[in-house]
Amino acid sequence: MTLMLERPDAKAPQPANLGGFKQRKPLPQGLVTIVWSLAGLALITGFVSDVGGARGFGLAWLIALSIPLLSWLVEGRRKATDRFVTLLVLTAFSVAIIPLISILATVITKGVPVLSAEFFTSSMRNVVGEGGGIQHAITGTLIITGYATLISVPIGLFAAIYLIEYSNDGPTARGLRFLTDVMTGIPSIVAGLFAYALFVLFFGEGVRMGIGGSVALSVLMIPVVIRSSEEMLKLVPHELREASWALGVSRWRTIVKVVLPTALAGIVTGVTLAIARVIGETAPLLIIAGMTDSVNTNALEGRMATLPVFTYSAMMNPGVPAEPSIDRAWGAALTLLIIVMLLNLLARTISFLFSPAKQR
Amino acid sequence: MSKTIQKPGDTIFRGLAQTAAVVILVTLAAVTIFLTARGIPGITASPDEVKHGTSFLNFVIPLIFGTLWAAALALVIATPIAVGVALFISHYAPRSFAGPIGYIIDLLAAVPSVVFGAWGMMTLAPALQAPFVWLEENLGFLPFFAGPASSTGRTMLTAALVLAIMVLPIMTALCREVFLQTPRLNEEAALALGATRWEMVRLSVFPHARSGIVSSAMLALGRALGETMAVAMVLSASGVISLNLISSTNPSTIAANIALSFNEASGLTVNALIATGLVLFVITFAVNFLARLLVTGPTKAKGVNS
Repeated sequence: MTLMLERPDAKAPQPANLGGFKQRKPLPQGLVTIVWSLAGLALITGFVSDVGGARGFGLAWLIALSIPLLSWLVEGRRKATDRFVTLLVLTAFSVAIIPLISILATVITKGVPVLSAEFFTSSMRNVVGEGGGIQHAITGTLIITGYATLISVPIGLFAAIYLIEYSNDGPTARGLRFLTDVMTGIPSIVAGLFAYALFVLFFGEGVRMGIGGSVALSVLMIPVVIRSSEEMLKLVPHELREASWALGVSRWRTIVKVVLPTALAGIVTGVTLAIARVIGETAPLLIIAGMTDSVNTNALEGRMATLPVFTYSAMMNPGVPAEPSIDRAWGAALTLLIIVMLLNLLARTISFLFSPAKQR
Repeated sequence: MSKTIQKPGDTIFRGLAQTAAVVILVTLAAVTIFLTARGIPGITASPDEVKHGTSFLNFVIPLIFGTLWAAALALVIATPIAVGVALFISHYAPRSFAGPIGYIIDLLAAVPSVVFGAWGMMTLAPALQAPFVWLEENLGFLPFFAGPASSTGRTMLTAALVLAIMVLPIMTALCREVFLQTPRLNEEAALALGATRWEMVRLSVFPHARSGIVSSAMLALGRALGETMAVAMVLSASGVISLNLISSTNPSTIAANIALSFNEASGLTVNALIATGLVLFVITFAVNFLARLLVTGPTKAKGVNS
């Protein structure tokens, strides 16, 4: 890596002027640094002052563009192209970062003022206009995601065990891996439609219930759990299994007592990330779990509000007056974002704490 | 053949593992069967039995167009940026800097789609209103910017931008992996011959990564096709077929249309919506299938001992 970081020509001994080639001097590094800092200054000024982010960005880009132009005059076409591409790569990076910053800034500035004890401890039952909260949505999200986890983890884990421990990597395993990949690609709304089509069979037209949401989320979650658990089980050294078998321990006990504990941290990390992925899903829950204003703790009966669906409906159908409802939507969005980020952080912490010292 | 110890526990455990594997198969089959079974009445329904009031084909074709159009636009926007960011992480940024950047891009992947939708609707769309007017005035001769510019900014281009931001993390992550697998010797050979960094990337990294970039784009396309909430919230759709990117009459997408009209639908309209879901499933299946075919796995290094 070090080799690539340094410009290869920077320290190379300058050869004598060969065969009449024009010797080019490199652009002074100090000048380049100054231009980059000016561009950075323009960028920051654009975002901080009322010049505007877009104008600041444009100005910074124009300033930075002077480097390849100068380079063309001093160093020639090849170096100029190289510097121009560096600028493009940096541009791509900043263009990718801007939406992230903007999203976080929007959600935080609009969501934080809404958060209060009342917001978390009251539902929307009989609330018109201001007040009310998201207790029903938080409860629903926890229940639906909880059941989804209860369904997905055993199926996903056992399927991964089958793939690694029993299938001998034959055609069955290849087929199963392919199907898992296909399942990963199922659009979330299709999973919701599937759950609806399934539950209509038993409960008739217009069915809405929390457990249906769990089934839909499971369709999305199972392939993620299989993939991550499989990777983790693969990492368990085969010598551990062989040592256990050599001691006369049966196959299933080897899996339960040796393989799974070794891979546990990785599996838990994978499951946490899978939960983080499905907890923000909106489309399937909109279709099968629906929306309601009151707390519903019975997943087998009636509509159940969830944080994403609450955010969606409070923003799309705010009613009159619209302001309080949209404020609550931002509060719910912020809460959801915090939950997702905490889950991600938890997953990273687990994998960091339990990873072998070498990989830290 | 050596005989391993077989106990009742073994049989049960093996059975459980096999059952789990079969469940996957059954689930996928069930998704197809249930969607087909509930969808067929919607396909054959006569125009006056459903809310949209047209035959299924006339109903679904604008939606298919909108779905493909939005996803293709998103991909056109996202691909160069994703390749640039991946290059930045793999070959341009200092090592100590690259890790955190990768983590920040992964953070984007963790943001729930409804948050993207809310942001696109409330922040991005109003901010793009003025640029759209500018586009109409200066590039109005192109069919894409013919206008009249939407007064809300909730147009196809806005939706495509949000979709592009949403598929960016997965594309970046995959491209980064592929770029990092370039054989070191190829890179060093290029540098030793006096290539600049860009020439090294162009001559040794890109040829090696071409199939990886294509398959990551296909996977991202699969994501963009099925993305629901962001489009449903950002786009103000009216079920037309139009190439216009900045007007207030936009084609809807299959997923967004289901999300927006499912709760008000009843009877055969529900079946028709489920049938459009089946169409979406088939399209994403085909795209993902192609993408998986292209993923040849980590190519073996062709260098001497790299």
